[in-house]
Amino acid sequence: MEYKDYYKIISSKRDASQEDIKRSYRKLARKYHPDISSENNAEGKFKDLAEAYEVLKDPKKRAAYDRLDPNLKSGQEFHTPPNWDSASEFNSDQFSDINSADFSDFFSGLFGQRGRREGSNQSGQFNVRGQDSHAKAWIDLEDAFYGANRRINLQTQNLDNHGKVQTKNRSLNIKIPKGIKDGQQIRLAGQGQQGVGHGGNGDLYLQIHFNAHSFYRAEERDLHIQLPVAPWEVVLGAIVKLTTPSGVVDLKIPAGSNSGNKLRLKGRGIPGDPAGDIYVTLSVSVPPATSEKAKALFKEMAAELVFNPRASMEG
Amino acid sequence: MREEIILTGIIVEESTFFTLEELSHASGKPHEWIVALVEEGVIEPVVNRRQDWLFQGYCLRRVRIIQRLESDLGLNLPGAALALQLLDEVETLRNRIAVLER
Repeated sequence: MEYKDYYKIISSKRDASQEDIKRSYRKLARKYHPDISSENNAEGKFKDLAEAYEVLKDPKKRAAYDRLDPNLKSGQEFHTPPNWDSASEFNSDQFSDINSADFSDFFSGLFGQRGRREGSNQSGQFNVRGQDSHAKAWIDLEDAFYGANRRINLQTQNLDNHGKVQTKNRSLNIKIPKGIKDGQQIRLAGQGQQGVGHGGNGDLYLQIHFNAHSFYRAEERDLHIQLPVAPWEVVLGAIVKLTTPSGVVDLKIPAGSNSGNKLRLKGRGIPGDPAGDIYVTLSVSVPPATSEKAKALFKEMAAELVFNPRASMEG
Repeated sequence: MREEIILTGIIVEESTFFTLEELSHASGKPHEWIVALVEEGVIEPVVNRRQDWLFQGYCLRRVRIIQRLESDLGLNLPGAALALQLLDEVETLRNRIAVLER
């Protein structure tokens, strides 16, 4: 397993006070919280941060962590010291209820694994439905047009016969329904955590996100695209080819259009009832005047056309 | 080789309604906590009588965000509710900017 420098992750010195650690954690948590941040890999950073805080906020765990070689660097190969007894010292009751974080092997190696919550607060009942699980999956925009099968890998935690938490890797093949929107969730009945007794399994909620598309941006079922066009295409009108996720279409640009004008292709967005639309925003691209002939054409325009693009700015 | 099973689910936001019990189970939080969210106006039941409360599928996502903001950032409910509202606006704005910047 890889060593993790919790102090570095939480941007604190090794001798920082508990208050400093908390303050630093809160500041970074607000920055990298996956629900707030738009940064790439915010989720990964937040997981590390939550794990670091789980250890450093607890004086007992912090003291144990501090006993490790301080010269180790994040990412370095690490083995739990032979005299380390995690099971007796840190049982699962001492873990806080953090949902967004599944902790690393390094953490589990030092402090054991967290128990499942319903086990502790519903003891005495023999039939308890398994907890619902939540996961995320990324698909391409095109998958929402045609539907797709996607394989996702999940880590699940189950109690074994001795009441110990076992982490298992599980791989599921899931049908992504046609017409799904970014951010929507698929509910997979019975695919959550295992129940106790006759309680039945929990459900799995899979939140779907679209991978960034080279040209389109999805908003609900509508797609938006910025389309570069030549000046004469907007002035004189034109029919141009537009590649959409459902195929190439002829897009009619009306004569007298301008940069920033929006055209709507009804029903060409993500399928559904009703299907979304595609909004094309025209963006005029001016050809560079690299030849004498081209320069002459621009000069002629300047001389012949009465045009002041800044007319609206003049009082 | 064993033929692989392809799991089919339903889209929560399209066709699911949650009872109070289901929403509580899906978020792993007690009933009272969900009730507080309704009182704060974070989620609204479609049927108003308390014993018949039904919530539209999209409520689950809101509930989960509030839950994470509370536990990860130490926000109280009014604070988390405000953050959620601002996050909705930020998302709309980010979308618009992304379209304009293309």
